[in-house]
Amino acid sequence: MSSLTEKDRPVVQLLLNTGTCPRCILRFCCVGSQTLYRHPDKDLMKDLQDFLKKTQEKEDAVCLDVVDPPRKRIRLEHTEEGPEDLSHNGALSQIPSVTDGNAAVGSSAGKVCNVCLGILQEFCEADFVKKVCQKVNSADYQFTSFVFSVSLPPQLSVRERAAWLGVKQQMRNLGLSLAKDDIVQLKEAYKWIIHPQLAEELGVPADGKSLFEVSVVFAHPETDEECRFLATACPDCFKPAKNKQSVFTRMAVMKALEKIKEEDFLKHFPCPPSSPKNLCDALEIQCNNGAVFVAGRYNKYSRNLPQTPWIIDGERKLESSVEELISEHLMAEFKADSFNFSSSGREDVDVRTLGNGRPFAIELVNPRRIHFTAEEMKRLQQAINNSSDKIQVRDLQLVTRSAIGRMKEGEEEKTKTYSALIWTDRAIQREDITLLDDIKELKLDQKTPLRVLHRRPLAVRCRVIHTMSSEYIDEHHFRLHLKTQAGTYIKEFVHGDFGRTKPNIGSLLNRTADILELDVESVDVDWPPTLDN
Amino acid sequence: ADVKGRPCEDFCVLQHSNRRHNISISFFRICVITLAEAHPLLRSGKTIKSINYQISANCSRLQNKVSGKSKRGAQFLTELAPLCRISSSDGEEYTIYSCIRGRLIEVNENILSNPALLQEKPSTEGYIAVVLPKFEESKSITQGLLTQKEYEEVLLKRRNASS
Repeated sequence: MSSLTEKDRPVVQLLLNTGTCPRCILRFCCVGSQTLYRHPDKDLMKDLQDFLKKTQEKEDAVCLDVVDPPRKRIRLEHTEEGPEDLSHNGALSQIPSVTDGNAAVGSSAGKVCNVCLGILQEFCEADFVKKVCQKVNSADYQFTSFVFSVSLPPQLSVRERAAWLGVKQQMRNLGLSLAKDDIVQLKEAYKWIIHPQLAEELGVPADGKSLFEVSVVFAHPETDEECRFLATACPDCFKPAKNKQSVFTRMAVMKALEKIKEEDFLKHFPCPPSSPKNLCDALEIQCNNGAVFVAGRYNKYSRNLPQTPWIIDGERKLESSVEELISEHLMAEFKADSFNFSSSGREDVDVRTLGNGRPFAIELVNPRRIHFTAEEMKRLQQAINNSSDKIQVRDLQLVTRSAIGRMKEGEEEKTKTYSALIWTDRAIQREDITLLDDIKELKLDQKTPLRVLHRRPLAVRCRVIHTMSSEYIDEHHFRLHLKTQAGTYIKEFVHGDFGRTKPNIGSLLNRTADILELDVESVDVDWPPTLDN
Repeated sequence: ADVKGRPCEDFCVLQHSNRRHNISISFFRICVITLAEAHPLLRSGKTIKSINYQISANCSRLQNKVSGKSKRGAQFLTELAPLCRISSSDGEEYTIYSCIRGRLIEVNENILSNPALLQEKPSTEGYIAVVLPKFEESKSITQGLLTQKEYEEVLLKRRNASS
């Protein structure tokens, strides 16, 4: 084959003799032509054998000095190789062969490659591709592209290093040089071969940025112990594992391989690497879709509904929750594994949320379905609204992950307005409460309320009540509308929380006050975008 | 506020619960130590001269500093740990005890500047201290105290005994 030159001969010879598969041989010869790797295994083997068998016709000293530029697509996009191609190679002074020149014929054929352990052999075949695609199709995901990620056992790096050292040594013996960096990485070559096949079978392109991930984990238990010597040679690379999982992670092994000296490596590891008995196992073929985000605003009309499930000691104390009522339908439609609910602040169990509602966002994890039209979202919104009178949602829409930031910024920065029904111990007349209407930008010091002190740090919060407006009801009741800074505890402002919120309605009116009802009138965040519902 | 009182001897420990749901077990472990209605300091005629949170040479309840959700650094209290000593103008001195085991969260500094608060509003703004018992001990603490009703029965018995 034309992409191999005479200088590759000793490499090919050595690797073929020692049990390396054709594709790995091409990698070590820095062959960058993707299509070449896609040729059937048998054809590549034959080409290599022919390459070796060919006798040199003429001396071509120039050939020796020509260094193959890495990754260059050497005019080899053809599909058939004939003997005429081989004659283009220049001659080379006779190189003493490592073993019998023709013994290479039998060495590699039919064996599991000692470098890739079968990854570039069996796992490039149509059968494996079919197996992967069957898994994907049965998992029933909606996707328009895919990214194929592969997890290789760490001992592959060790074997790669051993093979390379062997090659390097051989070249040194022959007075030639070899640059390591140009060797084609195993994973890269594997993807060259398998991506087109997967794309064909699945009907969608491979895309590194795709949200749909098909992942395969390979393992080779037969050679799992091969990394062990690195722990004695470079102990500081291997931190004790927190879980029971192996210390010999891919990263740790790579790090150790960088550190270890050549001589030490060769002392502990056979070079060339031994031929394994078995192929790798493809342990798991898994599919995963990137999360989608659904946002909206919710109203809460119940005074008996927590935002998140209220469970103490495994017992549910109150039925349902805001997040469950909303996400139940979404989970079913998007067919997700789980969800994460977040909102721009929250209200107590006994507080209603009126007005435009409170912004929320739900992250749907690993959804099977991801495409929804605006119409479908509207119908989904209607379904949620029909299913419960405790909550209602509006502006339901798909959003990006980055959009969530807008919602959280609302939680800390934006104002809220409330309506509170207040009771007083001593009687009040209309004129007694008008003073509240005139108070602007009232600064409060609120210690962490007792009712949340078991789960929050003790601190003092300064918060501002921007405006108030009162409505007299009777001698012991009035309604108060307030506009406050985000993070203000309204109930504590009314009853004073044992005097730990100052000032408070009680201190302002010189009475004892308590709050009977609280409603959120508005959450002043202009996200998510309003839809014409 | 949403509290249920469980008086203990002459002290009243208020354990937080949420009355709107009429749930009888208190979920929120926070306890507020206050004077119970029969405490001598609450009898008319008594004026408070001083309140001292320095209970020993090395320990002042005012130095109590807590940090984080788990309230690290809090002074740990046992049932008989003194919270403060109160002297009345008639020369009597009263020690206010914690009554429960737990971490001291805060003492009420408002009564230092305004001692009358302790007598005027003993169950609210005149509280003595806030204590957070250990999660595991929370229930047993509740059981070790008297309910309002039980306390009133005790008071009744006392009155009958003395008359």
